Amino acid sequence: MQEILTSFMPNLIDKWYEFLQAIVDTIIMELWAGGIGFVLGFTFGITLTVTREGGICENKPVFKILDAVTNLFRSIPFIILLTALMPLSRAIMGTAINIQGAIVPLVFGSVPFFTRQVQSALAQVQPGLVEAAESMGLSNFEIITRVYLRESAGQLARATTITAISLLGLTAMAGVVGAGGLGDFAIRYGHDRNMKDITWATVVILVIAVSLLQLVGDTIAKKSTH
Amino acid sequence: MIELRNIVKTFKDDKEKEVEALKNVSITIGDSEIYGIIGFSGAGKSTLVRCINLLEKPTSGEVKIDGVDLLKLSHKELRSERKKIGMIFQHFNLMPSRTVFGNVSFPLKKSGLGKKEIQKKVRELLNLVELSDKENAYPSELSGGQKQRVAIARALANDPKILLSDEATSALDPQTTESILKLLKHLNEKLGITIVLITHEMDVIKRICSRIAVMENGKVVEEGDVFDIFANPKHSLTKDFIKTTSNLYKLDEILKDDINGISPADGEVLTRLTYIQKEVSEPLISTVTKKFDVDLNILLADVEIVSGSPVGGTVVKFSGESIKIDEAIQYLRDRHVGVEVIKDARNPY
Ligand SMILES: Nc1ncnc2c1ncn2[C@@H]1O[C@H](COP(=O)(O)OP(=O)(O)O)[C@@H](O)[C@H]1O
Ligand SMILES: [Mg+2]
Repeated sequence: MQEILTSFMPNLIDKWYEFLQAIVDTIIMELWAGGIGFVLGFTFGITLTVTREGGICENKPVFKILDAVTNLFRSIPFIILLTALMPLSRAIMGTAINIQGAIVPLVFGSVPFFTRQVQSALAQVQPGLVEAAESMGLSNFEIITRVYLRESAGQLARATTITAISLLGLTAMAGVVGAGGLGDFAIRYGHDRNMKDITWATVVILVIAVSLLQLVGDTIAKKSTH
Repeated sequence: MIELRNIVKTFKDDKEKEVEALKNVSITIGDSEIYGIIGFSGAGKSTLVRCINLLEKPTSGEVKIDGVDLLKLSHKELRSERKKIGMIFQHFNLMPSRTVFGNVSFPLKKSGLGKKEIQKKVRELLNLVELSDKENAYPSELSGGQKQRVAIARALANDPKILLSDEATSALDPQTTESILKLLKHLNEKLGITIVLITHEMDVIKRICSRIAVMENGKVVEEGDVFDIFANPKHSLTKDFIKTTSNLYKLDEILKDDINGISPADGEVLTRLTYIQKEVSEPLISTVTKKFDVDLNILLADVEIVSGSPVGGTVVKFSGESIKIDEAIQYLRDRHVGVEVIKDARNPY
């Protein structure tokens, strides 16, 4: 058994420990950046929805600023964000390298995307439902939780899945600031040293990860749609 | 009592141009009335009704409900005032993610009722709208009429004094419309709830309203008792609406065309009789026939039952002794029947 594995994937067996470390690094980045991004994306997406013209707490300045900032960060390629945000990273996390150094750019890279996703999910809630809730005397907070979030739960689950998957893609670039992870692992060995089995193993792991995320997302989305 | 005083509402359209949706509208709606608001699309009906629960805030004017000036309330006070005003909509606006039970109990969350009490209340409401067997269904599994019944139950959950209905039957077929109107009438009689009902169909008004306002271009052009308005419409728009629901005013056209047999022969008088007062109980035609020994030949009849009383007209040919015909006509006029002589073919003396 050992021999078969060694002959098929000599390099992977050799770098077994580093491979595991890369998986763990990717998971850590995904969870931290995803967790923070989830909260921020929801907050911004909801804020945009309720402050827009005709929204339940219409507020032009807030809407316009948030809208512009979201667009600004969406248009900057992630690879540039990684380096451009180094000073900010240092200020917030105390370092601009390693996993800690990757969290800030990952958040900045994924939140604008997620914000738009949340915003578009909430936009699919029929205005009539909000109107009905208003006519029943619900407060704005209740309308957000009991109408907007509840009625778009399926869409929000899909939005979260898509963002989580695209975040996984971003973590692959985090090697630029020395954060490690699967992407970095595949490039350093698979590409730079032409170790094909490492490239393949990384791809397999990522495909499994993406499929799992998609499965979980679809299941939640399905459960909350009637 | 709902009092709207001098309500003005201006919107800004896409090009920042001002649109006056309501131009100084004042109406008063009494307790337990079914008040109809009719008008074509864009007349300002929805805007007016949405001013009652301040879903739309008037640019100027006064909104009072049982003497309380809603425009002077804080957000919180307004929200609790809104709970006393139920609202139903053309497209039902049920929450798709919730079952029928979930929808009806939706407004009860902060009512202070316990779980058991909420369950009891919801079952009562579903019983009232005859949907007890659909408690666990989702809105997507219901027909339009059933959805509107759920919406009505939901609107009644907080025991409101007022129910606003914005084109609640406009998306329904005629039979379903009929059954929803019956339900609204029933609720009005049973619970004494005031209903403000928007529609663009005179038929709906005729069936259940006691008073109406006719709206055009942000103004109320005619207002009053439904019966009076049907019997004696003043504004041309009102007449147009009445034409859509009855043949009453088509008589003019029929007579103009002088269809065979309508023109009176020598010695006959062609008249149009109109009921202009409620409670016509006497069998007038047979009384007149016997009493004056004249023949009354009914050529056309179009009598509508409007809020429980007949409104309408008959086109009648009188024949008999000339003097007796005059006496018969006078007798009818004394009994508040409008008698309009269309053509008199008696030989002048
Ligand atoms: N939110 C809004 N913004 C701009 N214009 C509006 C708005 N709501 C209504 N209007 C305008 O006000 C007028 C009256 O509309 P509405 O009250 O909906 O009429 P109805 O219910 O009688 O069809 C229309 O000209 C409509 O375009
Ligand atoms: Mg309308």
